[in-house]
Amino acid sequence: MNARMKEILVVAVLTVFCAIMYWGKVDGWMTGFQFSFGLSMTVVILIAVSLLVILYLTLRGKLIGRRVVFLYVGISVTLPFFMSLSQEIKISPEVQTLYEGIAELPPGSVVLTAFDYDPPSAPELQPMAESFFRYCFNNDLKVVVIGLWPQGPQQANIAIEKILLDEAIAAKNLQYGIDYVNLGFQTGNEFVIQRMGSDFKSMFPTDYTGTPYNDLPLVRNIKNFSNIDYGFNLSAGYPGTVEWVQVAVDRYGLKMGAGNTAVQAPQCYPYIRSGQLVGILGGMNGAAEFELMTGTVGKGTKFMLSQSFAHMIVIAFIIIGNVAYFRGGRKQKL
Amino acid sequence: MEHFAIWVAAFLTMGIISFLYKDNAWYKLSEAIFVGISAGYWFVTLFWDNIYGKFWVGRGDDAMLYIGAFLGLLMLMRLVPKVGWISRWPLAFIVGATAGFYLINYFSSNVMRQVEDTIMPLLGTDYSATTYDMIGNIVIAVGTFSGLVYFFFSKEHKGVFGGTAKVGIFFLMITFGASFGYTVMSRMSLLIGRLDFLFGDWLGMIK
Repeated sequence: MNARMKEILVVAVLTVFCAIMYWGKVDGWMTGFQFSFGLSMTVVILIAVSLLVILYLTLRGKLIGRRVVFLYVGISVTLPFFMSLSQEIKISPEVQTLYEGIAELPPGSVVLTAFDYDPPSAPELQPMAESFFRYCFNNDLKVVVIGLWPQGPQQANIAIEKILLDEAIAAKNLQYGIDYVNLGFQTGNEFVIQRMGSDFKSMFPTDYTGTPYNDLPLVRNIKNFSNIDYGFNLSAGYPGTVEWVQVAVDRYGLKMGAGNTAVQAPQCYPYIRSGQLVGILGGMNGAAEFELMTGTVGKGTKFMLSQSFAHMIVIAFIIIGNVAYFRGGRKQKL
Repeated sequence: MEHFAIWVAAFLTMGIISFLYKDNAWYKLSEAIFVGISAGYWFVTLFWDNIYGKFWVGRGDDAMLYIGAFLGLLMLMRLVPKVGWISRWPLAFIVGATAGFYLINYFSSNVMRQVEDTIMPLLGTDYSATTYDMIGNIVIAVGTFSGLVYFFFSKEHKGVFGGTAKVGIFFLMITFGASFGYTVMSRMSLLIGRLDFLFGDWLGMIK
């Protein structure tokens, strides 16, 4: 059997497997797998031993291919989905201060939430959005959503729809336009924030459904940032937290916290020390910490095990790669 | 329709992931669909949100919108080679306005506020600094100063000056390392999101 045939066979087997699993899900007999604690630990030990074997082979001069590294990363991310292990999550000062910032808001306070991200960043930012909305709705805070990224307001709607299904929140019978509003997307990046400083309505004449600004009781009396009690920005890049700090915080004095993707977080940390931001949720870790603070277990917490496993694998392969490098270098000198 | 949509999403996700094995037609198809749909999505969004939603609907209330629309039309002159030079006017407006806007914002938020925060009293502004704060203040001041020395190329990096620059390199390396670590974390999160979709939303294998 040649390589081409093998590839076709693997794809065919995978397709059949996926079709059976999907059929099981639709039919109801596939309810998911969960490893026992013992099996989970066995898997972890097996992976660790296999890494030691790879290290030994590397020392012997037998190098592994890049596809093996990809496979290990994939396994390390996937297996924790099925494991019965948990990870301790510690609250960092920047998450603590962010939580305290919203905790001191009295019921009825208006919170502006800017959704500046799109679906690719959802694994990190969506859990933050859900925890944030859950906290706001549970504590009777009024939420105004906007987006400087076209798909941001859609991400907000997904989070809101999910949160409104919670029994405690559903019992509150929250009304669109009174308790929360989604003003939609506006193009113009930081210039939108600048104009909002003088007039919200000029940037958002209607909400995302086309309802005129003045017909929405929640925002009818909101003229500019002086009518907003707290700002929360979920950002995956430009325009995002940096622009909100530069314009809304430094020019108009908005009190603000932020949730960032891990890539962007280091860029925004200096704003905490200088007091420009109340706090930051940095990446999935920040999402998990915020979930802990708000007393919920969401995807941020669940994904942290995969994140930690993947990091361990990356560290292991950095060590193995360095061993291969120094061994190769020594050989060349000889 | 729901079944079709989730299978298409899974097909395209696996198509992109298949690049890890090797470049192949499945990957190229998925990539081409992604690029095409992204371009179409942006076009439709900007058309309905801006040209229709903001300009056409709001043109009666705000005459300034006509100026923006006119500048936008001038930008399109680039498509006509003979009068393409006209597109430089709106471009000049954008460059000038953006430069002016950024100059003030960056200087205020990213220079003055950060410089002010770098040089902190050792014991804190109200003498309440803990040992941890004091160490942090010293590290930030030393790191910033030595980092700046490293980027000062008008003097040869020798003696005390060279030693300070070396300390700056260490701080820069730690900074890059931290940024790299965060980047890895972020990329892993993307992978986690897709695998959660494949094994959870699509196949229902996650409990």
